[in-house]
Amino acid sequence: MGRITLDKVSKAFGDVEVIPPLDLTIEDGEFVVFVGPSGCGKSTLLRLIAGLEDVSGGEIRINGQDATQTPPAKRGLAMVFQSYALYPHMSVRKNIAFPMRMASMPKDEQDRRIEAAAKALNLTDYLDRRPGQLSGGQRQRVAIGRAIVREPDAFLFDEPLSNLDAALRVGMRLEISELHKRLTTTMVYVTHDQVEAMTMADKIVVLQAGRIEQVGSPMELYRTPRNVFVAGFIGSPKMNLLTGLEAEKHSATTIGIRPEHIAISSDSGTWKGTVGVSEHLGSDTFFHVTVEGFHDPLTVRASGEVALYYGDTIYLTPDLTHLHRFDAQGLRIA
Amino acid sequence: MATKHSRASARIMISPAVILLLGWMLIPLSMTLYFSFLRYNLLMPGMEEFTGLTNYKYFLTDPAFFAALTNTILLVCGVLLVTVIGGVFLALLLDQPFFGQGIVRILVIAPFFVMPTVSALVWKNMFMNPVNGLFAHLFKFFGLEPFDFLAQAPLASIIGIVSWQWLPFATLILLTAFQSLDQEQLEASEMDGAPWIKRFWFIMLPHLSRAITVVILIQTIFLLSVFAEILVTTNGGPGTASTNLTYLIYMQSLLQFDVGGGSAGGVVAIILANIVAIFLMRMIGKNLDA
Repeated sequence: MGRITLDKVSKAFGDVEVIPPLDLTIEDGEFVVFVGPSGCGKSTLLRLIAGLEDVSGGEIRINGQDATQTPPAKRGLAMVFQSYALYPHMSVRKNIAFPMRMASMPKDEQDRRIEAAAKALNLTDYLDRRPGQLSGGQRQRVAIGRAIVREPDAFLFDEPLSNLDAALRVGMRLEISELHKRLTTTMVYVTHDQVEAMTMADKIVVLQAGRIEQVGSPMELYRTPRNVFVAGFIGSPKMNLLTGLEAEKHSATTIGIRPEHIAISSDSGTWKGTVGVSEHLGSDTFFHVTVEGFHDPLTVRASGEVALYYGDTIYLTPDLTHLHRFDAQGLRIA
Repeated sequence: MATKHSRASARIMISPAVILLLGWMLIPLSMTLYFSFLRYNLLMPGMEEFTGLTNYKYFLTDPAFFAALTNTILLVCGVLLVTVIGGVFLALLLDQPFFGQGIVRILVIAPFFVMPTVSALVWKNMFMNPVNGLFAHLFKFFGLEPFDFLAQAPLASIIGIVSWQWLPFATLILLTAFQSLDQEQLEASEMDGAPWIKRFWFIMLPHLSRAITVVILIQTIFLLSVFAEILVTTNGGPGTASTNLTYLIYMQSLLQFDVGGGSAGGVVAIILANIVAIFLMRMIGKNLDA
């Protein structure tokens, strides 16, 4: 069981309110990702749930029980930190055993859980090493192992992959997703990387300046962003956002069109532009096209390889069924 | 320093400093060694003669030698105990955020800037004096008989004075060590269910081990040669109750004018200090490895 409810939870440091009152429900077994630009309060929110920070107002309920004043260790949550926070003077085995040792668990039960966790995380050969002798990915796995053995109601991850290199990050992403499928325990995951959010989450919570901008499944957020911020934040490369005359044509203040919803033609189309930088990824090619009268260049996706080069003139046609329209407040016009 | 040529020139460039330091060390050392084999008394100038190991024999069989040896060990261990435990405690307090932190930190460090002779005199006359000292007044206030610290418990009093001087050093080093402790580790252990005392024992103390090693090594070097505090307070007395090796050597060579015997004592002290150094490095030196 791991159902976490935030009821009007707020947090202020001195006079600065970093999280205005906020409601959120995390269902049992869900993989929830908090995503937002740095400084948006997503880590603070996680630390409030963990109990490492005291809330300034509101109530946190875990499995229906009020846990607002419960100390961190008693909340039944396990956390994986950005810096892994392994204990450098203890071997991997002792690191993993630490929470169980603090709970005075019988020795043979401790050993059984360590063996199981080490096997699941491919750490069996490293149990007697110190954290300093491990690579970044291995340290990350030890930190996860230390969380698993507690058999918590929910896991909290605070940007766990941001210290890893790109290749390892993709690997660990898969491992964590697999772990979630296997354990079916609630996981709350904080990241600033929207790709991580899109690939791992059951439910994404987009935050900005402490406010929740939108909550929903990755595809919901991708297809129907509730406002301009979510539209610009979710998706890679970013959605093209246009204001001014072009938007007024569609009776909106801002319109958005994703790179894959723009058709390319060499002789006719809605907009005429010049090809700038192109990014060839093999499966896709992204063109940055400068269109006269537009403030920013448009990003356009083409499948496979396309014979277009720097300075070529092309015509672009947006797919109007996939056009996103936003009003003066930045909210979506249905 | 890649090429043979640059390595050779580096050696030439550094040699004046090395030779100077080597001479600075070797000349007094060999003179001390030489004097220790002579019958050399300042009251009988010009009568020096080679006497072999006689000076060593007298120095090592002197009952004062064993008293001084015990006192030296007690003094070093006592001060180390007080400063390390007190230092950890003070550093822990100073690491907490509180009003006036900056001023308090400077106040804590202040005793380290007072020279040993002065601080010993201040303690002797203003605190421990059985008639006028603050402690005497305090005792009288509670209706107790004043305690004559330097006569009744001379070694303990000197341990107190020296500890007061060295506590700031230990506090300072340990405070910086506390500040370099990763907060996420503490938070992780908090989430792992460790109460404060266990966080201190399993996370903070192991983190401090390297700093504590540095404190012990550096302090031992200086504490083996405590001298001024004894000279201005007890003069090694009563009897030999507060005489350490350094003070014994001083008495031998300058109060009894026996340069030969003093030099023999000096050589014995060097050997003992090296034995201590070897044991210390064996015991705690591994903490310094990364």
